[in-house]
Amino acid sequence: MPPLARRNLFHDRVRLTVTLTGIVFAIVLIVVQIGLFLGFTSATSNVINHSNADLWIGAKGLAYLEQAAPFSERKLQQVRATPGVAAAEKYILIWGNWKRPDGRKESVVIVGVNPDLPMGGPWNLSAGSVLDLKSADAIIVDELYCQKLGVTHLGQVIEINGHRARIVGFTRGIRSFTTSPYVFASFKNAQTFANLPEDRAFYILVKATPGADMERLRSELAARLRDVDIYTTAEFSRMTQFYWMFTTGAGIAVLLAALLGLIVGIVIVAQTIYATTMDHLREFGTLKAMGASNGYIYRVIVQQAAISAVLGYALGMVASVFVVRGSQEGGAAILFPWELAVSMFFLTLLMCVGAAFVSINKVTRIDPAMVFKG
Amino acid sequence: MQPAIAVHNVTKTYSPGAAAVHALNGVNLAVQSGEVVFLMGPSGSGKTTLLSVMGCILQPTAGSVRIRGREVAGLPERELPAIRLAHIGFVFQGFNLFPTLSAGENVELALDLKGIRGRDARRRAMELLEQVGIREKFGVFPADLSGGQKQRVAIARALAGAPDILLADEPTAALDSHVGRRILELVRSLAHSQGVAVVIVTHDSRMLQFADRLVHIEDGRIVEPSVVATPALAATPHELAPLAVSGA
Repeated sequence: MPPLARRNLFHDRVRLTVTLTGIVFAIVLIVVQIGLFLGFTSATSNVINHSNADLWIGAKGLAYLEQAAPFSERKLQQVRATPGVAAAEKYILIWGNWKRPDGRKESVVIVGVNPDLPMGGPWNLSAGSVLDLKSADAIIVDELYCQKLGVTHLGQVIEINGHRARIVGFTRGIRSFTTSPYVFASFKNAQTFANLPEDRAFYILVKATPGADMERLRSELAARLRDVDIYTTAEFSRMTQFYWMFTTGAGIAVLLAALLGLIVGIVIVAQTIYATTMDHLREFGTLKAMGASNGYIYRVIVQQAAISAVLGYALGMVASVFVVRGSQEGGAAILFPWELAVSMFFLTLLMCVGAAFVSINKVTRIDPAMVFKG
Repeated sequence: MQPAIAVHNVTKTYSPGAAAVHALNGVNLAVQSGEVVFLMGPSGSGKTTLLSVMGCILQPTAGSVRIRGREVAGLPERELPAIRLAHIGFVFQGFNLFPTLSAGENVELALDLKGIRGRDARRRAMELLEQVGIREKFGVFPADLSGGQKQRVAIARALAGAPDILLADEPTAALDSHVGRRILELVRSLAHSQGVAVVIVTHDSRMLQFADRLVHIEDGRIVEPSVVATPALAATPHELAPLAVSGA
């Protein structure tokens, strides 16, 4: 086919620019919103996903990570005695008050773990080591929150709930979904910071023996323990994600913004392709008079839409990469996995071709006799 | 001999009822292969409507339209494009070239509709532009062509599908008389050499010598079918010299 679609598209550079701008805007908006959704979702459950535990045991009525209530740590011995359990450890997760050097207070989430076991502790350390948490008052925070917490250097001493705390390490990339950063400490130090009685824990993390049947282990534990809920890491992660993203409405808000971006993109592309079609209506009438089938004419219009989609996608991806990179230092992570990039190609194609249907509907109704009008 | 196209007792009525407009009233016309027929009449007489019916762009309200003996009146709308593609070429007053395609690509588009693509299409497009005397304008865009050259491209495009019938609506109206004469000379020579039945709607009485037959239409009726005897009728197709390209 002679390049009628491509030539018509590039014939009016201004209109093409408007079309591509609309597509790029839609792509960037959708990528940012979905990226935020993915980032938020990841942040809500990243301490669960990086726990290296197979099962999470908490007080009955558990709905999400931050909802935990303290229970007696005597249950720990019952868990350890259960066949199929390779390791089990207490875990604290509780809100606290961080006092900055300038006296201002910030809310934090204190996470208490056993530094000797690779379960529930901090990961991706950029300074210090997990074992440093064994020393008195030791804490590890993420470098992303240094400015928020007034942290300027390793070894700095601050206060948590009126107790002395000393920074022995930094992590990189452990974001909190709420505005309260995670502060990792040993279990004992966390109890002190949180003013908790010594025999209290919030969770018990369980590592199963290799090859253990998880459902069977869970049933066994449920039979031995009273007033607890037991979830696999995957289940608890999904529950926490669902709570924060949908029960609070936060996720719906970002998804609605993504949908808005899609609608805006469709409207802009539909309008410009329609205007182009109207400009070339006589030509489509001539094509019909020459004997072109409706399918032939549709192909011309769809080709225009597809070319716009490909060009817009390429520009949109470049813009999205810049925006995502720029967000890395911010409080909210925008995730941009390759699956999202590939999906956006098909979504962009669908958006543009779908928008072209308004024009297709118009040319279907062309009266070929119009070609005789001077 | 079976006519290339024949309309019998054709009627076309718009807006039936009290406000009905009878564009055509019982029209009968047959055109033979190689014959050039001029359709003449005042504005609103039904010339363009008759052309549209013959071109399978409009369906008649009543009557018969036969192309190479096949009845096409009453065919479903979706079958008409295929009839036009197979049998009919159009030349328009406003040329109706695609402005974003070159002269050669305009002709290739018509060939593409017939399923002829690539090198074959290019070669055939070159031949057609050669026939109309503007082969060297193959890569030139319509905006850079004169009126006469545009109409030559339009004629080449109309003939690309090897049609049985060529329908032209005021093909010289946008051209000066000298250029218009050359265009009609071209159409006539191609009609005779290729056996194409040609129907031309025109107001221009200065061009009558190019017609084999004049048909007058008024108020939707054919008033006076006639045959025009002209020197051009006596000439055989090979005596008509190839036309030079000189602004036309």
